[in-house]
Amino acid sequence: MTIAPKVVVIDYGAGNLGSVKRAFEECGAAAVITGHPEELRQATHLVLPGVGAFNAGMSNLRRSGLDAAIKELVLQKRVQFLGICLGMQLLAAKGWEGGETDGLDLIGGEVKLLEAGTGERLPHMGWNEVEYEKSAPLFFNIPSGTDFYFVHSYHFVCRNKSESIATTPYGGGFTSAVQKENICGTQFHPEKSQKPGLQLIKNFLKS
Amino acid sequence: MLKVRVIPTMLFKNLGLVKGVGFDSWRRTGSAMQAMKVYNLREVDEIVFVDIAATTEGLAPDLATVDELADECFVPLAAGGGVRTIEDARRLLQAGADKVVVGTAAVECPGLIAQIAERFGTQCAVVAIDVKKLPGGGYEVYTRSGKQPTGLSPLALARQVERAGAGEVILTSIDRDGTMQGYDLALISQIAKAVSIPVIASGGAGNYEHMAEAVLVGGASAVAAASIFHFTEQTPLEAKKYLKGKGIAVRL
Repeated sequence: MTIAPKVVVIDYGAGNLGSVKRAFEECGAAAVITGHPEELRQATHLVLPGVGAFNAGMSNLRRSGLDAAIKELVLQKRVQFLGICLGMQLLAAKGWEGGETDGLDLIGGEVKLLEAGTGERLPHMGWNEVEYEKSAPLFFNIPSGTDFYFVHSYHFVCRNKSESIATTPYGGGFTSAVQKENICGTQFHPEKSQKPGLQLIKNFLKS
Repeated sequence: MLKVRVIPTMLFKNLGLVKGVGFDSWRRTGSAMQAMKVYNLREVDEIVFVDIAATTEGLAPDLATVDELADECFVPLAAGGGVRTIEDARRLLQAGADKVVVGTAAVECPGLIAQIAERFGTQCAVVAIDVKKLPGGGYEVYTRSGKQPTGLSPLALARQVERAGAGEVILTSIDRDGTMQGYDLALISQIAKAVSIPVIASGGAGNYEHMAEAVLVGGASAVAAASIFHFTEQTPLEAKKYLKGKGIAVRL
């Protein structure tokens, strides 16, 4: 018998929390929203949602002690983790939005401003392809080149290229998904990307 | 390649959806929830929802409605109407909006756009700029649902909100609104050239060719429309097929 996944959506004062919770429920998970570090312990799957600025997000995580709780659960208890948009960026060692700020440092790298190419605008806003060479379990049943929804100006620059599991052709190409063992992140919003987005969430829940 | 978005605009007033002409003569077009369900099913690229009564009647955004709609919405939702404080923005995001639309307060509340950008990220603040053509040429920004002249040019306001951290501009021609005679291409082009953030063309779409013009001639990153979807058989999906035929990248 498999146990139904218990998803905790982490509330750190910046995020489209309602949408994320709804999408996980649609995929058959029980989901709660909480900002209390001790309540994170019930989770089989932790989700750190997006929408926000790096420095503000990080200081909110620190103030409430969520940063330490996330690190403990993810590194020691090996709880499955998905960061979405800003939630993915916060996995980095360092970010530059709102000034140089230390991140959670769960995946090596930095978060820098995208450089828009000719005819491109910033923020990178809308639907764009997510491409990969080698399919990760997160992309099961999702063909390379599928459009996902993005809203961001900054991007994750991985220190270890093998932890960049998908890229998107904008601003010269950037990492749009990362994974290191039980820790995943997507720059795009699966909760807002309709069928492929819900498929990705289902894939994450199976991990 | 980044896709051009086709965005249905939902204007909300007194518990239902409405659509007017020139920001006036509002007609009821039905239930917001019904429309949301249809748009979600049809996988539109994004939805803009504005409570147009909120600012003019001095109310906060209708959070209960946004909350209910967001529950049915797996597409990106930009919501606004009556947003005057960072707390209004936070509540909208918590209710399920992905982006916050600020109109009147972008003019009347200095610092609000910068606050939203700082707290929720540069991508989160969408500024609605409503514009009337001046009799002697040129353009003027109007607030309070088209009632209040501001003396500001859309060019100046667009640049100002971009500097403050706005992520996107919804540029609406009040003169073209509801006429279905086509977007004000000169206006769109002027603003799209002046800023480097995305510009959503709004006001006047009557057919798919108007949308293609807004992108190809005006330089818009997205096209918003309401009447065409409320009052004709034309749909966002067919619009995108048409745009694709014109060589415009869309999501199908």
